[in-house]
Amino acid sequence: MNLDLRVPMGLMFLIVGVIMSLFGLFTRGSVIYERSAGMNINLIWGVVMFVFGVAMFLLGRANDKRIAAKPIEGTNRPLGGRGHGGH
Amino acid sequence: MNLTLIDWLIMLLYFAFVLGIGFALKRYMRTSKDFFQAGRSLPAWICGLAFISANLGAQEVIGMGASGAKYGIATSHFYWIGAIPAMIFVGVFMMPFYYGSKARSVPEFLRLRFDEKTRAYNACSFAVMTVFSSGISMYAMARLIQTLHVFDSLFLKFNLPLGWIFHFAIILSAIIVLGYIFLGGLTSAIYNEVLQFFLIVAGFLPLVWVGLKNVGGWNGLKAALPVAYTHSWRGMTNAHNNPLGVEWFGLSMGLAFVLSFGYWCTDFLVIQTAMASDSEESARRVPLIAAIPKMFFPFLVILPGLIAIATPAVTQHAMMQAAPTLNTTAKQPAANDLSDPTKYNKGLIPAKVNPVTGKVMTDEHGNPLLDYDLAIPNMLLYYFPTGILGLGLTALLASFMSGMAGNVTAFNTVWTYDLYQSYIHKNASDSHYLKMGRWATVGGILLSMATAYAATSFNNIMDTLQLVFSFVNAPLFATFLLGMFWKRTTGHAAFTGLVSGTVAAIIHHGLTLPADANRGIHGGWIAVVHSYPSEMAQNFWTAIWAFSINFILTVIISLLTKPRPEPELVGLVYSLTPKPVEHHMAWYARPKVIAVGLIALLIALNLIFR
Repeated sequence: MNLDLRVPMGLMFLIVGVIMSLFGLFTRGSVIYERSAGMNINLIWGVVMFVFGVAMFLLGRANDKRIAAKPIEGTNRPLGGRGHGGH
Repeated sequence: MNLTLIDWLIMLLYFAFVLGIGFALKRYMRTSKDFFQAGRSLPAWICGLAFISANLGAQEVIGMGASGAKYGIATSHFYWIGAIPAMIFVGVFMMPFYYGSKARSVPEFLRLRFDEKTRAYNACSFAVMTVFSSGISMYAMARLIQTLHVFDSLFLKFNLPLGWIFHFAIILSAIIVLGYIFLGGLTSAIYNEVLQFFLIVAGFLPLVWVGLKNVGGWNGLKAALPVAYTHSWRGMTNAHNNPLGVEWFGLSMGLAFVLSFGYWCTDFLVIQTAMASDSEESARRVPLIAAIPKMFFPFLVILPGLIAIATPAVTQHAMMQAAPTLNTTAKQPAANDLSDPTKYNKGLIPAKVNPVTGKVMTDEHGNPLLDYDLAIPNMLLYYFPTGILGLGLTALLASFMSGMAGNVTAFNTVWTYDLYQSYIHKNASDSHYLKMGRWATVGGILLSMATAYAATSFNNIMDTLQLVFSFVNAPLFATFLLGMFWKRTTGHAAFTGLVSGTVAAIIHHGLTLPADANRGIHGGWIAVVHSYPSEMAQNFWTAIWAFSINFILTVIISLLTKPRPEPELVGLVYSLTPKPVEHHMAWYARPKVIAVGLIALLIALNLIFR
């Protein structure tokens, strides 16, 4: 399978993280954080999500590149691009 | 519930990515193997996370939170001894046969090992159960969306009648699940299960963190709750001394052995994810990888239930009352004692309210009944401000949908390979079966919708269905155990044993009754010969009886019938199959080493929370 799940998943968490931390940034000191024990949970957790998303995205990308650079069995030619269904 | 733009944005983003993954996978779906078996090409960690997520539907999440609130930390037995030993067993001992036999489904394995009739029986009962389970999941989601008023503001804005929300929720979930499975098959389902796994962690970890902080940490939680709530083994020597109403033998035999092994080792819903991995080594590692997060999931899904009980309910600002009132501001008039439901709340758990009279429902002793199923939703509403609330709700919706998706992919595989290809249309081209699989997905979803609507008109249908499932599933593990580890087991014996096991379960249920229950759906519909202290104890003992009858009959009939020649059973039976080689793997990657580590961790957790 050529689509590494970590790429889209990383992207999704990365975007969610950005949305949440920006929202948290703009609502600093708001009364809405009374319910989350006084913590700005959007900002804190948004940053955590963002870091997780970036890490997943980069891992997935690195793996895609590694697969793309793998030579075809028995030759020195790198496989490159798509069209290889057997791994 | 007041959702703001930011919550909607997070939810929409999730839906966009789910469908996007489906579209991205479409071009890899060339053969039926790609569609039904994910091309047998996924890495072990993906399949491992999907393995536990397939089981972690939202009913499971909500149910575990509910039992956490009702019974305390003892609920984690369902995750610890009720899952981990079985997951280790299927990984170390059974997976080589499932994966190595090249069977494409669990029923197909039964045909390879036994015969056609055993497969047909298992395939038919399994196909029916998956469709119903997916329908129940759909119904539960639509009801939860209704109760939580998720779409109310949206509907009011567009002047649509609120009564349509139920239909809207059913159709929306059907379209999304259909969309991504139709496009990407099992790969899509597995990818979404992994996505759901991370969403559940992302949504529930901050919930536990904030909640624990609010009640004063673990010590504060312990101080606020009765002592039995934070100990999982206290009072287990006698069924009447502990909240579950089960003694240690029933618990370890019924739950930890028969039910848990029957589920984790034979249910194609979870096994299909392991069979999609890229090698036999990976397939063996899948359940073992899954066991690690499984062990810690009680802290994510059960602990919120405990926190919900311990939270001092000072304000009612965001909580749901159990009554399905049409708008959040409606307050019940405080005329007499029972008509003010908020008085009976326990922490964040509301009392159950009769929707017709608006009064609190009570049991026969006059104690108010609590609606424990609202433990998790109320935790989200109480502790999460807008923003992260969107994330929490998305996690809940994601687990509903992937619970449905797993059932639908299991259904389309069993339907296409085990029923359509075997009995209706043999020897068609591969592309024909691929097309069949896509249309089976449509059919499966339509049948699920029909089930969901049937559940709205017949109150008992969900309980009845779950009861029937338990009758069919209870004896299963004996058949697989004998089939894989005793070469003498014959097809006639397996089939007769399976059917008799189910009959035994039905009879046992008809002859026994849990305490405090009326004869009927809860048992005793033939005569009441024995009474159990709780419904759970009855369930466990039904399973023990079904398993034992199946086991004994299969052994006896096998000895009376002609065994299959040994060469035919290579790769299907333990003693005739070469053991998987492990010495080329690093020591920490060997299944047996991981298994020992898992057992040590399991014992440690049970000692800490004894």
